[in-house]
Amino acid sequence: MPSVALMLGTLFGSLINLNHPGNYIHWGFIQMSYGNLIVIILMVVVFLAAILIPFKSHKGGER
Amino acid sequence: MTIVDPKTGRPDQADLDKAAGRPEDADQWTAKIRNRAVEALPPQKLLPDRQPAYVASWIYVFGVTTIAALIVVIGTGFVLALFGPNWWHVSSTGLFVNSLHLWSVEIFMFAMVIHLWGKFFMAAWRGRRKATWITGIVSFLVSVGAAFTGYLSQQNFDSQWISTQAKDGINSTGAGAIFNVTNFGQMLMWHIVLLPLCIVAIVGIHVLMVRLRGVVTPFPAKGETPGGEAAAVATSGAEVQA
Repeated sequence: MPSVALMLGTLFGSLINLNHPGNYIHWGFIQMSYGNLIVIILMVVVFLAAILIPFKSHKGGER
Repeated sequence: MTIVDPKTGRPDQADLDKAAGRPEDADQWTAKIRNRAVEALPPQKLLPDRQPAYVASWIYVFGVTTIAALIVVIGTGFVLALFGPNWWHVSSTGLFVNSLHLWSVEIFMFAMVIHLWGKFFMAAWRGRRKATWITGIVSFLVSVGAAFTGYLSQQNFDSQWISTQAKDGINSTGAGAIFNVTNFGQMLMWHIVLLPLCIVAIVGIHVLMVRLRGVVTPFPAKGETPGGEAAAVATSGAEVQA
């Protein structure tokens, strides 16, 4: 019986195949892997979400 | 023992004298250091139950997220150090702990960068908070070094590739002879002894500085006079539960 880790590995492995050399974007002198680009985009998205999404405090918005 | 005078928010002198022990001991360096520490950071200030109202925003969450991730990084690092490379490369539990170590570092760096952006756009060095800002920047730079030496300590083809690529870069700075990235023993010692000690010490000072100077107040809203509402909130005691 395959372990949970193996099943999860197979599932994600079928979605994102990492078994090959990395893909890179070339923009002038800038060279960056798609992996790093995705992380940077995610950081910007989370940063904007942290600013825009209201924070519900324990006191129900006591200010 | 009141520790903090509710009117002034400062420790009561009588309590400080009492904490110093016998009156004849008050001049000793131990009593002086203890008194100064209690005066600067009384327990309520060191571990507060409430935060100023303006802290009720998601952008203030990323500092503590970074520290939470750091705790997991150090915990999993301890386990990896206990069993060694054969374990973390071969056994399924070892691979799992190795992955936890990697992904907690990913979260650590991710949260730290968002924390850095948030504090940069808030100009968090305002109000005598320069030391807080500088210790934050230094901890970021040291963390980059710790992550780098971690990649070199993986004991796989990836670490070989990274070290040989980095060797040229470090050599070009003139530091290649002292900091030899192809020397596994040296890189491992930097990764598991020197840099973690530096990070924990700098982050510790950073957190103490945040407690000492408080969380930076937001910029005043458009049309509001500088030091208006935000300053009033900071000093009026309008707070929310932490």
